[in-house]
Amino acid sequence: MSAVAVTAPRRIAVRPARLALHAFLLAVVAAWIFPLFWAVYSSLRPVSDTIQNGYLSFPGSAGLSLVNYQTVWNNAELPYFYLNTLVIAVPAVILTLIIASMVAFACTQFSWRFNLTTLMIFTAGNLLPPQVIIVPLYRIYLNTPIPVLGSIDIGKFSFPLFSDRGLLYDQYIGIMLIHIVFQTGFATFVLSNYMKTISKEITESAIVDGAHVLRIWWNIVLPLCRPALAAMATLLFTFIYNDFFWALILMSTGAKRPITSALNNLQGEFFVNYNLIAAGAMLVAIPPILVYVFLQKQFIAGLTLGSTKG
Amino acid sequence: MATSISPAREETPETGEVVATGRGRYHVLTRYDRRILALMVGIPLLLDIVFIWWPTFSSILLSLTNYNGVGDLTGDNFIGLRNYQFLFSGYTLFWPAFFHNVLWLAWLAFVATPLGIFFAVLLDREMRGTGFYQSVFFLPVVLSLVCVGFIWELQFSPTDGFINNVLHRTSSGNIIDWLGNPRINIFAVLIAASWRHVGYIMVIYLAGLKSVDPTLREAAKVDGANEVRTFFRIVFPVMAPINVVVAVITAIEALRAFDIAFIINQGKNGLELLSILITNNSISEASLVGFGSAIAVVLLVISLGPIIVFLSRTMRTT
Repeated sequence: MSAVAVTAPRRIAVRPARLALHAFLLAVVAAWIFPLFWAVYSSLRPVSDTIQNGYLSFPGSAGLSLVNYQTVWNNAELPYFYLNTLVIAVPAVILTLIIASMVAFACTQFSWRFNLTTLMIFTAGNLLPPQVIIVPLYRIYLNTPIPVLGSIDIGKFSFPLFSDRGLLYDQYIGIMLIHIVFQTGFATFVLSNYMKTISKEITESAIVDGAHVLRIWWNIVLPLCRPALAAMATLLFTFIYNDFFWALILMSTGAKRPITSALNNLQGEFFVNYNLIAAGAMLVAIPPILVYVFLQKQFIAGLTLGSTKG
Repeated sequence: MATSISPAREETPETGEVVATGRGRYHVLTRYDRRILALMVGIPLLLDIVFIWWPTFSSILLSLTNYNGVGDLTGDNFIGLRNYQFLFSGYTLFWPAFFHNVLWLAWLAFVATPLGIFFAVLLDREMRGTGFYQSVFFLPVVLSLVCVGFIWELQFSPTDGFINNVLHRTSSGNIIDWLGNPRINIFAVLIAASWRHVGYIMVIYLAGLKSVDPTLREAAKVDGANEVRTFFRIVFPVMAPINVVVAVITAIEALRAFDIAFIINQGKNGLELLSILITNNSISEASLVGFGSAIAVVLLVISLGPIIVFLSRTMRTT
C-alpha cells in the first residue's frame, strides 16, 4: 500500500545527498584514523631518518623498516610482559564468566527474596570509580597472608604459587582477583539480562527430572548462553588486557607488570625517542586490535547487551 | 497441571523451601540444591563485599581520621571532619582538580557524546560502507588508554608532534605547548579521550536506534517531516531508556578519568583530577591515608548520582 508510494521517488531524489554524505563521512573517517596511521608511520621510520628530516617528512634514504620494533621487542623484553598479561587475563576471564553465570543463573531462574538486591549490589560495584576503593584495598592487599608454596618456572618467567612474599600485594593472583571481583559485576548484569530470556520452564522440568542445580547450570543453561558468553569473553579480555590502574598500584615489581603498565614505566627508560614510543604503543595495541578484527560481532554484541535491555 | 511436584530421587525433601514459579505452581528444591545455590551466590557476594564494598565503607571511615599508614589505627586518629575542612579551603589542588572533572563532564556531555549520537544517526541507514565507517570510529575503543595517550603524544608533542610541525610552531618563540601549558593541556587530553568516547557512544546508540519501530519513521516521512525533525520529535523521545544509559555512561566516564592524564604527566600542572589526587595522596608520595580517603569520599558521593539513576532505571523493569 504505502510501500509502493515511498520507495520509488526515494531512489532518484537522494543521489546527490547520498554522495555528499559519503564524501563527508570519508573525510571524517580519514581524520579519525589519522592519529593511528601517524603512529604506525612514525614507528616504521628509523631514528636517523627523523633526526635528520624531522617527523613531518617523507621516508628518507633509509626507507621504512621494522628496526624500531626489533629494538623495543628485544631491549624491553616485551615477550615476558605479554606473558604477564596473558597469565592474568586468561584465568581472570574464565573465572569471571564462571562466577557471573552462576550468580545470574541463581538470580534469574529462581525466585527468592533478595534476588534484585543481589543484582544491584553486583552492578553498582562495577560502576564505582576504582579510585574510591584503592586506598583501603591497598592496605588489605598489604595485610592479607597468602601461602608461599613454590612456583612454576619457565625459563626466566616465574609464576608464584600463590605468592612469593606471603602477601596478596604484588602478585599475579592479586591482580587476577581484583579483576574478577570488579568485572563480575558487569558480567553478572549482562548475563542476567540474557538469562532472563530463558524460560524458567526449562529449569523446572529439569528439576522434576531429578537434575541437581549444578548440572542444570552447566549442561543446560550455559550452552544456551553461548552467544552472550562469547561476547562477554571478548569484552572482558579486552577490558582486562587494557587495564592500567590496578597493576599500577597493586604491583610493584616491574618485571611482573602486565604490558600496559609496563609500557608506562618503560617510557624514559627504553623509549628515548618517539619512534620507539610509537613502536611500543603499536606492539601493545596489536592483540586487542586482532581480537576486534576477528571477533567484532561478539565484541559489539557484548557492549550492547550490557547497555540496552534485551 | 500438578500443584505440587516433588523431584523423583532418593533424598526426601524435608523442610524444603517452596519455590514459587509465579504461575500458581510450586516445586520443592532439595536441601542439597538449596545449599549449592546459596554457595553459588554467596561466595561471589562475599568476594564482592570484601573487596569492593568494605573498602568503600572503610574509605568513609578513614576520611574521618588522620591515619598515615604507620602503626595501627586507634581512637586517637579520629579527627572528625577536619580533613574535609582542609580539603575545601586549604588544599590548593582540590578545586582545580574538581574543576577539571567538571570540565571533563561538560566536554563529554556537550561535545563527545552528541558527536557519537550524531555519527550513530548518520550511519543508521542502508548504505554501502556503513560497516567500514563504524569500524573506524569504534577502533579507538579497543585500544588501551596507554596506547591512546602515546598516540596522541605523537600529535601534541610541542617539538616533534604532528600538529605543531604542520602549523610551524615548534621554535621556542611561537611554540604552542599543548602538553605543558596548564591552560590548554586539559583540552589536549580531552581530545584524546573523546577520540575513544565517541566510538563507544556511537555503538551503543546505534544498537538502540535499530530497535526503534520503523513504522514510526515511515509515518513521519509520509507526513513530510525531514530527517532532523524526525529525529528530534520522534526518534529521540522514543529512545528515552537508551538516552538514560548514555547519560549515565558519560557521567561515569568523566568521573573515572585517570589514565590518559596520568600517562602524559602524572596528573600535574594543569591535568589534576580527583582520581589522581587520591592516588598521589595515599599511595605514591605521601601516605596521608585519611586525607586521601576524604577525596575518595567526595568522588564517591558524586558518583552515587549516576549509579542510582542507572540502578533505578534498569531494575525497575524487572
